[in-house]
Amino acid sequence: MKKAIEVENLTKRFGSFTAVNAISFDVAQGEIFGFLGANGAGKTTAMRMLCGLSRPTSGKGAVAGFDMIRQPEEIKRHIGYMSQRFSLYEDLAVWENIRLFAGIYGVPEKEIAPRTDGMLARIGFESGRNTRVKELPLGWKQKLSFAVAIFHEPKIVFLDEPTGGVDPLTRRRFWEMIYDAADRGISVFVTTHYMDEAEYCNRVSIMVDGRIDALDTPKNLKQQFGVRSMDEVFHRLARENALTSNAN
Amino acid sequence: MISCLGISKKYVSVEALKDITFEVPQGEIFGVIGPDGAGKTTLFRILTTLMLADSGTATVNGLDVVKDYREIRNHVGYMPGRFSLYRDLTVEENLNFFAKVFHTTVKENYDLVKDIYVQLEPFRKRRADALSGGMKQKLALSCALIHKPAALFLDEPTTGVDPVSRKEFWGMLQNLKRQGITILVSTPYMDEAALCDRMALIRNGSFLAIDTPEGITAQFSKPLWAVRSNRMSKLLADLRAGDGVESCFAFGDRHHVTLKREEPGRLREYLANQGHQDVEIDRIQPGIEDCFIRLTMP
Repeated sequence: MKKAIEVENLTKRFGSFTAVNAISFDVAQGEIFGFLGANGAGKTTAMRMLCGLSRPTSGKGAVAGFDMIRQPEEIKRHIGYMSQRFSLYEDLAVWENIRLFAGIYGVPEKEIAPRTDGMLARIGFESGRNTRVKELPLGWKQKLSFAVAIFHEPKIVFLDEPTGGVDPLTRRRFWEMIYDAADRGISVFVTTHYMDEAEYCNRVSIMVDGRIDALDTPKNLKQQFGVRSMDEVFHRLARENALTSNAN
Repeated sequence: MISCLGISKKYVSVEALKDITFEVPQGEIFGVIGPDGAGKTTLFRILTTLMLADSGTATVNGLDVVKDYREIRNHVGYMPGRFSLYRDLTVEENLNFFAKVFHTTVKENYDLVKDIYVQLEPFRKRRADALSGGMKQKLALSCALIHKPAALFLDEPTTGVDPVSRKEFWGMLQNLKRQGITILVSTPYMDEAALCDRMALIRNGSFLAIDTPEGITAQFSKPLWAVRSNRMSKLLADLRAGDGVESCFAFGDRHHVTLKREEPGRLREYLANQGHQDVEIDRIQPGIEDCFIRLTMP
């Protein structure tokens, strides 16, 4: 089966500073892949390269089947992306936002209406169709952004701290949406600062100072470090480097 | 030190705060725990005299937030949720500026910020906007402290900060507490709640509970069970469908479950019938997050 992401020795330098240092990994179809690391470890830079927004200094790879060096525009069109900052248009109604993003991502005109119905039914939000986005509670905005990010049925969706600041119940409902998307074959690439959420991933990578220092299933990582939780794994890896990475 | 009586605030149609009453004695770390949009920032703005409440009264250090607003500002340090220092000034310039505005010098109160500021010292000539997230946070805390406030108001100081830096930051707060500073701190991270002396759980403008961490978890009225099996995703669905199950939520590598009747033996039987293997069911102590979920369950 084709991989959603395959990268080899991916590197990004800014002048003399190496933000991402020869990372290699792959993400299978339908896999939930957790991308962890301390602030300043290089997660954002790596993610920008994977999304076709920043050209790697060296290394190679493919995202959603397109080459990272030669086809960044194709990558942008074929992935889904949801940022930690909420990104729908506040002044537009729910259906107008869906219509807009569906158009941008080239969903065929005829399919937009039926798919909108299907999506709103799936997330249980038919009654909100005409509501302006700014009137929605944060939890709904987040669920809706996610549904919009996968509306064009991308092979892979990138979620950058999707649950920052939401309440515990909403956070769990959001993860049920992630499972649902993965069950439908969409790969999920997700960053988070909640270590309990790392446990929900099929595999987790931990970046330290531009490198991927650990990559495995949560179970194997805990075994490898001889600890009981992902929180402890994270602290083991990131603690020694906390001061140096803060200095960047 | 901080006293709040019946504070309410409305924005057009949204009730941001509804009848908030609480007290924080001197030298306490008091947490305001809740999600975005719960009303935390509004409460902080009212207590730091940046906004007027519609009704209710509040005092900080014995001073009224309305009548004595000018005087209060000399006694409180405020770290807003968004980075609000001067981005085009250096680390050192920012700190000197805040000291000067409060008619003091960095030298005079250096003891208070020393532990935090030494970590910034190597970058003292660097512009604030070129600092990493963790460093910005430390500089903002130093600037909020430099006039030696009696009370510190920290609005989500750790949001978006990684778990290691968050732990470090809480270590700094413990040091400040030892020097007698009262700290009101808000956070959406439930694991930080356990580090407060007392806390309020806030949602939709109301306090759901005010207590010590132990007091909050003691309010959890039912035995709590942690369940796992070889198929965690299916387990969640099966537990929800099970008729003896009252509530079930994913918690990392286990699911936390309350039962209608306390018969974990029957649960074990049911899960075996559903094809689960390696089933483990353990009685556990609830955490703050369990309590928050229970208090907000529909």
